Parts: sequence; C-alpha cells; structure tokens
Amino acid sequence: MLLTIAKRLVTVIPTLIGVIIVTFLLTRVLPGDPAVYFAGPAATPQSVAEIRKSLGLDRSLPDQFIRYVNDLAHGNFGNSLSTGQPVASEITSRLPASAELTFFGLFLAIGIAVPLGILAAVKQGSWVDHLCRIVATAGVSLPVFFTGLLLVYLFYFELGWSPAPIGRLDAFATAPKDITGFYLIDSLITGNFETFRAALSQLILPAFTLGIFSLAPITRMTRASMLAVLASDFVRTARASGLSGRTVILTYAFRNAMLPVVTTLGMVFSFLLGANVLVEKVFAWPGIGSYAVEALLQSDFAPVQGFVLTMAVLYVALNLMIDMLYTVIDPRVRLEA
Amino acid sequence: MTEASMIAPPSAEVKPKPSSDSIFRHARYVAAENPVTGLSFVLFMIIALCALLGPYIVPFDPLASDTSATLQAPSLRHFFGTDLLGRDIFSRVVVATRLDFVIALASVALVFAMGGFAGIAAGYFGGWTDRIVGRISDTIMAFPLFVLAMGIVAALGNTVTNIVIATAIINFPLYVRVARAEANVRRNAGFVQAARLSGNSEFRILLAQILPNIMPIMMVQISLTMGYAILNAAGLSFIGLGVKPPTPEWGIMVAEGATNIISGEWWIAFFPGLALMIAVFCFNLLGDGLRDLVDPQRRT
Repeated sequence: MLLTIAKRLVTVIPTLIGVIIVTFLLTRVLPGDPAVYFAGPAATPQSVAEIRKSLGLDRSLPDQFIRYVNDLAHGNFGNSLSTGQPVASEITSRLPASAELTFFGLFLAIGIAVPLGILAAVKQGSWVDHLCRIVATAGVSLPVFFTGLLLVYLFYFELGWSPAPIGRLDAFATAPKDITGFYLIDSLITGNFETFRAALSQLILPAFTLGIFSLAPITRMTRASMLAVLASDFVRTARASGLSGRTVILTYAFRNAMLPVVTTLGMVFSFLLGANVLVEKVFAWPGIGSYAVEALLQSDFAPVQGFVLTMAVLYVALNLMIDMLYTVIDPRVRLEA
Repeated sequence: MTEASMIAPPSAEVKPKPSSDSIFRHARYVAAENPVTGLSFVLFMIIALCALLGPYIVPFDPLASDTSATLQAPSLRHFFGTDLLGRDIFSRVVVATRLDFVIALASVALVFAMGGFAGIAAGYFGGWTDRIVGRISDTIMAFPLFVLAMGIVAALGNTVTNIVIATAIINFPLYVRVARAEANVRRNAGFVQAARLSGNSEFRILLAQILPNIMPIMMVQISLTMGYAILNAAGLSFIGLGVKPPTPEWGIMVAEGATNIISGEWWIAFFPGLALMIAVFCFNLLGDGLRDLVDPQRRT
C-alpha cells in the first residue's frame, strides 16, 4: 500500500515539472516588453534598461527559469501590478472561498447524480432512466454562466428565496473566526448558527450551478457502469443465492460500479475548476477565479500566472487523491502495483 | 475490423465502394432509431443559415442604438426585446451566430490539423515520436482546461485569434488520443504493408493510406468537440476576453445582460444564452448521431 502511494507520488514529479515550465513560458512569450510596462509611459530608455535588469529580463532564458523556480520554492509568486500586493498571500486568502464553493458543488452533484444513475440502471427504461438521459445530455450543453444567471433570476428576482448574488455573506452578517477558511465549517465550530445560515444561503445557488454542470458526466458514468455490473455473473450468482435486491445492488454491484465513476471524477474536477471561474464572476464570489479575471482584464500577469499554477497544482493533487481513493475501493489495484 | 483490414488489398478499407444507396439506407435506419439526430440536423441547418445570411435577414442594425427604446421587453417589434442602449437583441443574437460559429470552426480546424497529425504520427511511428507527443498531451491535461485557456489568452494577448488558438490547444489531447489509437491499429495492416512494399515513403503512407481511413472517426470527434469549442469561446468572452463590445457575440451578450438580471430584465441575457445552449446541444447530439453512424459499437 505504502509502496503504491510512493510509486504514484513519483509519477507526479514530471507532471509538476511540465506544469511549471508551461506557466513559465506563458509569461516569457508575452508580446510587448514587461519592462516597458513596468516603467510606465514617461520612462526613458535608460530607466527601462534598469528595470529590465532588476527584473532579470536581461538574462538568458534558462537562467530566468532557474530564478523563477527558486522564487516558487520560496513561495514567491511575484507582486500584482495594480495593487502592489504579493500574489501568494492574496491567493492563499482567497483560496478557501473557491475551495468551499467547488467542494460543496461537487458534493451536491454526487449526492444527486449517483442515486439517479443507480436508479436509472436498476429501473432501465423507466421514467427515471429517461430523466437520467435528459440530465446527461442537457447538462453538458448548458453554459455554466447562463445557468447561474437563470437561477439568480428565478430564485432571487422572481421568488425572493435567495439573497442577492454579492459574495459569501450579505452586509449584515459578520464573517466567522478564521479557522479553516470555510465559512460553513468555521461558523459551526464557533457555534454561530446565524452566520452559518447566512453563509449557506449565499453558497447554495452558486454551488448548485456548479453541481448541475458536473451532474451530467457523473450520472452518465454511474448508469453505464451499474448496467455493466448488474449484467455480470457474480451479480447473477448473488441473486440466485437468494440475497435481497438491496444487498445485491448496494453491497455487491455498487462497490464495483464505483470504480469507473471515481475515474470520471478526474475529468469532472477539470471542468469544475474551470467552471468555478465563471460561477465566481456571476455570483461576485471573492475567490481566486474572480481575482484572476480582474487581473486578466488589467493585463496584470503575475496574478494570472499564480492562479494558473495554483489551479494546476490543485488539479494534480486532486487527481492524486482520486488514485488513492481507487486503491482504497479496489484491493486489486494494490496488488497490481 | 482489424481482422478484415489485415487481409484486405491496398486501400480497400476505404469501403469497397458501397453503393450510395446502402449508405443512405443505413443513415435512414440510424436516424429512424434515433429521431433526435434528425432534429439536431435540422437545428444545424438553421444555425448554418444564420451564420451565412444573418446580417442580411435581420430586421435591425445589430449595432444601432435607439435611446427611445431602451430595455424593452420582448414584443412583436422586438422579438427578443432591447438592451440598455436600445439595440435589438434578436438581430444581435442572429448576427452573432457567424462569429461564434467561425471561432469554433477555426479552432476545430486548427486542432484537427495539429492534434490529428501529431496523433497519427505518434500511433504510426511509436517510439520517440509517441513519447514526445504523449508528454505534450499529458502536460496539457495536467491543467484544468478552461484555466489553461485563460492563461494562454492572457499570455498571447487579448484577441479573437488567440481565443481560437487557446481553444485549439486545450482540445489537442483529445484529438491526439483518438488519432493515435486509430493509427496504431493500422500501422501494420495489410494495405499499409503493401503500400510500403510498393515503395511509398512513410510520410506518404501516413497521408495517403492512414489518414483517409481514420477520417470517419475524426469527423465524429470534430462534431463532438464543436459544441465544447463554442462553449469554451463563449466562456472566455463572458469573462471579458477576446471579443470586444459592441461586437455581437453570445458570451459577451450574456455578460452584458448579467447586471440586468437582478433588476428583472431577463431577456437581455436569456436569448443569447439560449442560442448558445441550443448550438452546443445541437453539436453534441449531432456528434452522438454521427458516432452511431460511423462506429455502431460505441452506441450507448
């Protein structure tokens, strides 16, 4: 088991190197001279040359790369041009907001998609099955920013059930003490139920928007793999041995059917982290996505670079976790390694 | 299929010239089994028509503002209502079709050329070619794709051309995977060996023997990724990249209407969003339909 994990960890290294090279190259192919940009409109050629030197832009590309990696190793992502703040601290303070939104959305999606997929497979051809097919086809076609806006219109403007889409908390609630950075968890730990309710009511709509988006692949995969497993010999044997339908489906079929579903989660995360940016923009969510978008529009590259790198590392880590989960669910994977 | 291609004479896999009648009958059979594909084809024709004729058939100038008719709800005069500047949303949605369509088409064509060729070469030659192409694909796949697209547009510059390039790059691994797998099973097929024996260069075999044979499966891939390309490009312009206002484009129109949603003027964002959704839906269904036609084994 430990050996499996160690081996898997080693495979992450080339991926991470690739990621760092790409994020490095992204800045260096920038059209226009960053030094001129930094120097401002009233710069003399001399001051531009000075800035170029201080930024290390006069060195060779490999040399610059080593400096870049060295900076990263010291947690230095550079400074934002527009605010002058270090990018690393800004990203760390905003990351929990994005993480809370993404995970809550994913849990909502799994909570709906897995039972729906199982039901659709067990009752093939029933209305649940048709619903499942509609969800799977419509879900992938929905632009996530469009769904978000529709939900805002429906639940905020028409029904008045949800608060205005203005971030993590409304103006009257105070943020809970910072423990994990997840408002829901922090407010529960401190026993502040008023804040918990306020945070939840802000979170539910954007999380649901993300959920709808990831619903489709999970439902489709659950249904397909449940169907395959239910048709297999061991399920027939279990049935023939007189086990109850419940035991057969939940104990025998479900665990086996989960493997491909867990694999799909990797792809779902890729979608989710991207969609996160759009949802954050729609709901004015103060996460790293909206930070990157603001910076992008001002051609402020350091935050964007930090953001892309953070997201990629996060994604690599999540994929690693999925693989670990795989070994937990399926003992055979352990043996093969 | 590989079984048959092993013993087949050169290039015979490109169908023993089936009478067009039988292809047609097969298409009709698949369409009858899945009427949705027929619907998606009709939708596709409508979208293509809008893209071709859009600017000539709309009732209003998509850029002309009319301060006396701002924020009007949908009516017989303005089918989809008007926006903050009094521009006719119906005209803008129809005219936008061409730009969205062209962005998607251009990026798909680009990735088909890059990813398709890299994938065929990787599958056919194996070895180092395979390793390098595989490494590039893996590195791209290590990023959440939309995030990478944002980064690329930010680095290359904020233009429509770069949106096309970014969309092409994030789709690259998908094309490589399909082309590689298909080329790999054929690398030693009978017709390839025959072509090699008759003195064709490897490059020529790649283009003249392998490529035509994997074309059908690549067409399916193209149609499946068209929807994703449109979605991705619209997402990028929604966050303010690429397309500049006042150019009509679905993503940016949804963004323009976003602020009006909370005050109840739903139509500004709704109709462009709906058009976007229908277009993506259409391409996804069309892709599924095409796949059923070309590769019945993968039918779900």
